[in-house]
Amino acid sequence: MRYTPHTPADKERMLQTVGLHAIEELYQHIPRTLRERARIDLPPGLSELAVRRRMANLAAQNASAADWSFFLGGGIYNHFIPTAVDAVISRSEFSTSYTPYQPEVSQGTLQALFEFQTLICQLTGMEVSNAAMYDGASAAAEAVLLSRRLQPSGRRRVLISRAVHPHYRQVISTYLRNLQNVHLEEVSFDASGATDTAELKRHLDDQSMCVVVGYPNFFGVIEDLAQIKSACARVGAQLVSVTTEPLALGLIKPPGEFGVDIAVGEGQSLGVPMNLGGPAFGFFACQKKFVRNIPGRLIGETVDTEGRRGFVLTLATREQHIRREKATSNICTSQTLCALGATVFMSLLGKSGIRRLAEINVARAHDAFAQLVRKAKLETMFSGPYFNEFVARAKNLDEIFDRCAAQKIVPGIKLGQWYPELQDGLLVCVTEMNENEEVEKLVRTIAGP
Amino acid sequence: MSEPSQDPKRSRVAAPKLLFETGSSGRSAFDGSTERGPVEGVLPPALLRGDIPGFPELGELEVLRHFTGLSQRNFAIESQFYPLGSCTMKYNPKINEAVARLPGFAQIHPLASPELLQGALALLHHLEQMLAEISGMEYVSLQPSAGAQGELTGLMLIRAYLSERGAPRKQIIVPDTAHGTNPASSTLCGYDVIQVSSSARGVIDASAIEKVMDENVAAVMITNPNTLGLFETQIEAIAKVVHGKGGLVYLDGANLNALMGIAKPGHMGVDVLHMNLHKTFSTPHGGGGPGAGPVAVQAPLRDYLPAPRIVKSGDQFQLQEDFPKSIGRVRSFFGNFGILVRAYTYILSLGGDGLEDASRMALLNANYIRKKLEKSYQIAYDDPCMHECIFTDRLQHRNGVTTLDIAKRLLDYGYHPPTIYFPLVVAGALMIEPTETETPETLDGFIEAMLEIAREAKEDPELVKSAPYSTPVRRLDEARAARKPVLRWEPGSSNQS
Repeated sequence: MRYTPHTPADKERMLQTVGLHAIEELYQHIPRTLRERARIDLPPGLSELAVRRRMANLAAQNASAADWSFFLGGGIYNHFIPTAVDAVISRSEFSTSYTPYQPEVSQGTLQALFEFQTLICQLTGMEVSNAAMYDGASAAAEAVLLSRRLQPSGRRRVLISRAVHPHYRQVISTYLRNLQNVHLEEVSFDASGATDTAELKRHLDDQSMCVVVGYPNFFGVIEDLAQIKSACARVGAQLVSVTTEPLALGLIKPPGEFGVDIAVGEGQSLGVPMNLGGPAFGFFACQKKFVRNIPGRLIGETVDTEGRRGFVLTLATREQHIRREKATSNICTSQTLCALGATVFMSLLGKSGIRRLAEINVARAHDAFAQLVRKAKLETMFSGPYFNEFVARAKNLDEIFDRCAAQKIVPGIKLGQWYPELQDGLLVCVTEMNENEEVEKLVRTIAGP
Repeated sequence: MSEPSQDPKRSRVAAPKLLFETGSSGRSAFDGSTERGPVEGVLPPALLRGDIPGFPELGELEVLRHFTGLSQRNFAIESQFYPLGSCTMKYNPKINEAVARLPGFAQIHPLASPELLQGALALLHHLEQMLAEISGMEYVSLQPSAGAQGELTGLMLIRAYLSERGAPRKQIIVPDTAHGTNPASSTLCGYDVIQVSSSARGVIDASAIEKVMDENVAAVMITNPNTLGLFETQIEAIAKVVHGKGGLVYLDGANLNALMGIAKPGHMGVDVLHMNLHKTFSTPHGGGGPGAGPVAVQAPLRDYLPAPRIVKSGDQFQLQEDFPKSIGRVRSFFGNFGILVRAYTYILSLGGDGLEDASRMALLNANYIRKKLEKSYQIAYDDPCMHECIFTDRLQHRNGVTTLDIAKRLLDYGYHPPTIYFPLVVAGALMIEPTETETPETLDGFIEAMLEIAREAKEDPELVKSAPYSTPVRRLDEARAARKPVLRWEPGSSNQS
């Protein structure tokens, strides 16, 4: 059989060793009623060639960025991934190892994750980072749970901006639902597309646990974290920033500069393929004083018996395999391979490259928006500053989508599915992948005949 | 710090630097530097940051050499036998990797409309059906990102189901042999944990459950086979007890690799199950993720599954959000789709019979090792094992050699150690799971090493206690790492001279 290398002679010799005549005897102690009905009714296995053909056929039924123009963001971004990234994460020494429980033979993974933690700290301006989580949404939920551990029990009101990614709000709500006395309240956005700070201030009080805002938010708008932080500080609430497009942090002031308490987000845009939204990784950074309460894996530096530098999993007494029901989280993985890909990606870009790439994104998105307004007669929905995503107001969105589909273009994301008041809102994302000709074609197609 | 050795015949290769300790100001492997990208006049200067202090400044070859060098400091399935118990470190087929990288899978966007994603939705829908068939359950959600998130999702389903029938109840029964994620997930779902002890034979007796099962208990979480590698023979009786008091049965499917075609959880009275695709279904562990942890349920729990769900109408696949009883989303988008593609490819490659063969060979390999080592290492439980076998360090302990020492000495022989000191109920546990993809010759080599170490433990215990000798670094000071945590590079922070 494929992947089981045993010959009939092997099986016979092994059975003889264990003193049995047939493999079935190994599981005679399982109740017969279970064994008798256990046959798996699936077709026989396929050859590698047949599998490749079948899978290629399925893949061909999807619209991929390889032959469509995507102006899609909304938490997952179409960025160029240098070939070297996949070359590194394809190395089986990285991809086929397990969680580095034996540090002497896992220094590769451990050092790379230590570097990842450092890069995330540098990018977010925060003091500590864990070794990654499932995705941005669950990282956001874990941030709220951290705040719950840190804040006194009299503070259980969570204020979340409606301009935070809708999936993230849903996941936070799912995670909090079964925990006692935590109240989730939404705060609206204003005409700039940013969190309505006047409303936020009205909501904030001495029972507020934390405030959750996007940075940039779901509409691409760069929130005024300074003002939000000072409003939080006045009443003692913590501030959680959620970033779905961390490339922005190569250019705009990082959350750490505003005194954000916990900065989380989705790391996909840092060198991970879109993959229909996963796998990528969530990042989780915070102030150092919270470190013994944070969820997830942490890599620390130490020395070996000969004084050489080495890296280990550390502060494991927070984790489920030691603390069980008293652990800070139930998480047991860290999306390591995706975090490694991001580490390679950020290393390749480097200090000047990450800023440059961010600038290119800003420039292209702003050019595109100007053209859409000028030539395609779309309107501006929000007035706030934005990174590489913006919301345009467009009549007849369905018609626009049909016209675009005929040209193999996806013009953006319809916001009406989450925001009834934004039925004519189109969230458009423009990255370095969208060449000028592509943008012009989008503008022409939307402008129509 | 101090020089490791003055012996000129030892390796003179320098220890790897960190990304931040090398490179040169202004260097970058980014090729877009000539493109126009002015942001002045576009974004207010007050919003912008300066250069990121300490960020890498390297060329492409430097980056590759760095990471290639790091990779060589790892053990991995493709370079070493990796019999890590409860982790199912089987071969990760290359075809899975190639397929997952097809642009039609890797470069597709989750917020494109369903008409543009018909191939992906068909795959997900079919994978749900396949996993249902393999597990004997009725409905599957592929959303959870990993086993632990699958557990949390499953418990949320139980909570929602019970809440609608009166009350969510207060407690979850968890055996002492369970993975740590079980109690941690229970807490996160708002439940208290009642721990029950396994019997002298290493399994849970229905009578032990009967003693603690009452109207306050929402569910029992059982791993089957359990973490001792033993089949929970009383599972059906346990389910009867739990159902009799209105509770539900959760099965942790971490060890499903022992059961395919041999017994189906869905027939054991199980209501909710999670599966670890990165174990049983061959997706790579990646040094600790990404994985995938689908949840399967029986019909009464269907309406509570995470939304959206994929429904087939005519020959089109659509996403349906409108399930008022659903627990909601547990993560963004569709879960770890790229991992689901790999698992699907694996199931297509093996087919029903191939999966059964995989489980049978996993059992044979484990029992073969057990037999060959039983005279030199103390077996934890006498009953026949399933896909993994557990020994202890009791015999070696007489000479002061512990499980940790045995594990470290195995590194010198070029084998990844078994899982150690788990499950907690076995003092000094060594948990060996060879998986089905290993040849008997590989097993013999490992067995030979274990026998040799047993001999060393007797004749030269100090040799074993100071191992390893041949690894890139030797035993690391974990206490120091925890006492004064250094969790990131900063100028001047390094332990390197």
